Amino acid sequence: MSASAPAAAASETDLLALLQGAFPAAATRPTGDHPAFKLPVADVPAALKLLRDQQGFDFLTDVTAVDWDVEASPRFSVVWHLHSTTHHGYVRIVADCLSDTEPSAPSVVGLWAGANWHERETFDLMGIRFTDHPDLRRILMWDGYPFHPLRKDFPLAGIETPLPDVEVSEITGATVKPAPMMGGPFVASTGEMNLTEAEPRAKDESWNERSEKPAAL
Amino acid sequence: MPTDYAFPDSAAKTANAVEAPEFQTEKMSLSMGPSHPSTHGVLRLQMELDGEIVTQCDPVLGYLHRGDEKIAENMTYNQFVPYTDRLDYLAPLANNVAYACAVERLAKLEVPERCQAIRIVCSEMARVSAHLLGLGAYGIDVGAWAIFLYTFTEREKLYKLFEELTGARFTTSYTRIGGVARDVPEGWTDRVDAFCDQFLPILENILKLLTRNKIFIDRTQGVGVISKEEAIAYGLTGPNLRGSGVAFDLRKDRPYSGYERYEFDVAVGATGDCYDRYLVRGEEMRQSIRIIKQVLKNFPKGDWYAKDAVRIFAPRKEKVLTSMEELINNFMITTEGPQMPAGEVYFEAEVPKGALGFFIVSKGGGVPYRMKIRSPSFSNLSILPKVCQGNLVSDVVSILGSLDFVMGECDR
Repeated sequence: MSASAPAAAASETDLLALLQGAFPAAATRPTGDHPAFKLPVADVPAALKLLRDQQGFDFLTDVTAVDWDVEASPRFSVVWHLHSTTHHGYVRIVADCLSDTEPSAPSVVGLWAGANWHERETFDLMGIRFTDHPDLRRILMWDGYPFHPLRKDFPLAGIETPLPDVEVSEITGATVKPAPMMGGPFVASTGEMNLTEAEPRAKDESWNERSEKPAAL
Repeated sequence: MPTDYAFPDSAAKTANAVEAPEFQTEKMSLSMGPSHPSTHGVLRLQMELDGEIVTQCDPVLGYLHRGDEKIAENMTYNQFVPYTDRLDYLAPLANNVAYACAVERLAKLEVPERCQAIRIVCSEMARVSAHLLGLGAYGIDVGAWAIFLYTFTEREKLYKLFEELTGARFTTSYTRIGGVARDVPEGWTDRVDAFCDQFLPILENILKLLTRNKIFIDRTQGVGVISKEEAIAYGLTGPNLRGSGVAFDLRKDRPYSGYERYEFDVAVGATGDCYDRYLVRGEEMRQSIRIIKQVLKNFPKGDWYAKDAVRIFAPRKEKVLTSMEELINNFMITTEGPQMPAGEVYFEAEVPKGALGFFIVSKGGGVPYRMKIRSPSFSNLSILPKVCQGNLVSDVVSILGSLDFVMGECDR
């Protein structure tokens, strides 16, 4: 696959021209470092294949997702980082998920076997379903865990959930309890408010000495 | 017995060939870990065995998942530094440096040469200490018990130096955004230099105990072969990728923190088996010492924190106690966090286990909006189902040790 790879990383404009040739909806995206492009989510596997085969981006560094806030629409974006083992450039591909409630994206396990675990992690923590993934199970949380913890509406403290072991929880009645947040981390609030409100305190106050434990989402 | 996979290991091949029909039994499932001496942490392997041969291997992760990425979204950039210690807890200094470089990329900060030099020495010492532990533990895994105490003695000397530099042996939390926590103590660089001089002959002795050791070679050579293409497809990085013959080293390919100023070679393996990964780690320690010696030879003078980081870097203690402006500044940095511009950056650094990446999405302010940690151990382990299949159970131990992973970083 690296036989036709260029010796140097193509510039952002060249990459954009290449992508737009195949996918007219491709656009650049503001970035702090590497070239970044925005694509319709359905085009991503083909675009990644194009970058891999024609531009030498043969290394899938990372697959992850961003939750742009509970009210935002599109709410979820999936982010792919590619790297090249030949010219050592990076490129970032970002695609918004079409649905805010049932976000999904196509899987790239067919292109890089290593995408398997990254996509499982993104599904586990952010709740993005990767279509055509061979084995989309949770990876860091246990099977049967009901939430996706990296979503913005999930409190830092956690939410009370049943134990993974049903037999134990039936006998003991024990559950996984949220952590008390009295210990911080502490962050001050800014904006027009009085000093008491602005005082540094745990950002996530879903459960502390003053408010109730959160109910299930 | 016909199987749908090849036996990479000759012993497994023989075991399969001599199996007479009367010994055909049903497959057995075996759970190895999460508390097992050779899984090096809380990794669990759910394996399906046919006799002694692994027919399926499904790693179960998450026993050490602490939600570091969620925590990062809820605290300021400087507050997160101690959490980076707990990623790869065998090389906390290297993680500190990688994290600081990532946030500085976001803040568009250039740190002075002295700071870069301190960071390189730290990273390379961390690499040596991590590889020493990895090597010693690997020796025990495959039955070469002799080397563990030699490597641990050397690692202890390094930890003494870390303690002197950072005040902590293990959880160092040494870097800050735009600098390091404090300058190197007086005479420290000479002591590091002295350590390097005495370490090199000892390293050769340690490696001599393994490199031509018949038992060690039998346990590692030709076992757990990972081809170049597979290694790239599974996103392996660090010594595991280089062991498979891909000369991919971020210190060379995308130099950061001034690595381009120093000469070193990238060790590359030929066949990609466990033995090659061991050889690569051994050579990397030699190269790390080579880098440290070069840095110490011309140790830059000057500031050890960036001057333009005044809005980010906490002012010096004596200034805080005596000057009003610095006191206010210190208060703002502590409470609101260092103010960062909005933007998205991805930065990877070469830590002992591979490429440790931070993808930071900032909407401005002192707290990251989203921070994804790309940990090398996570990607390195994802090849396990593929590489363990068709091997003997005892070789799984050998493969695990050669991948040299840390669950703190894998599970985050």
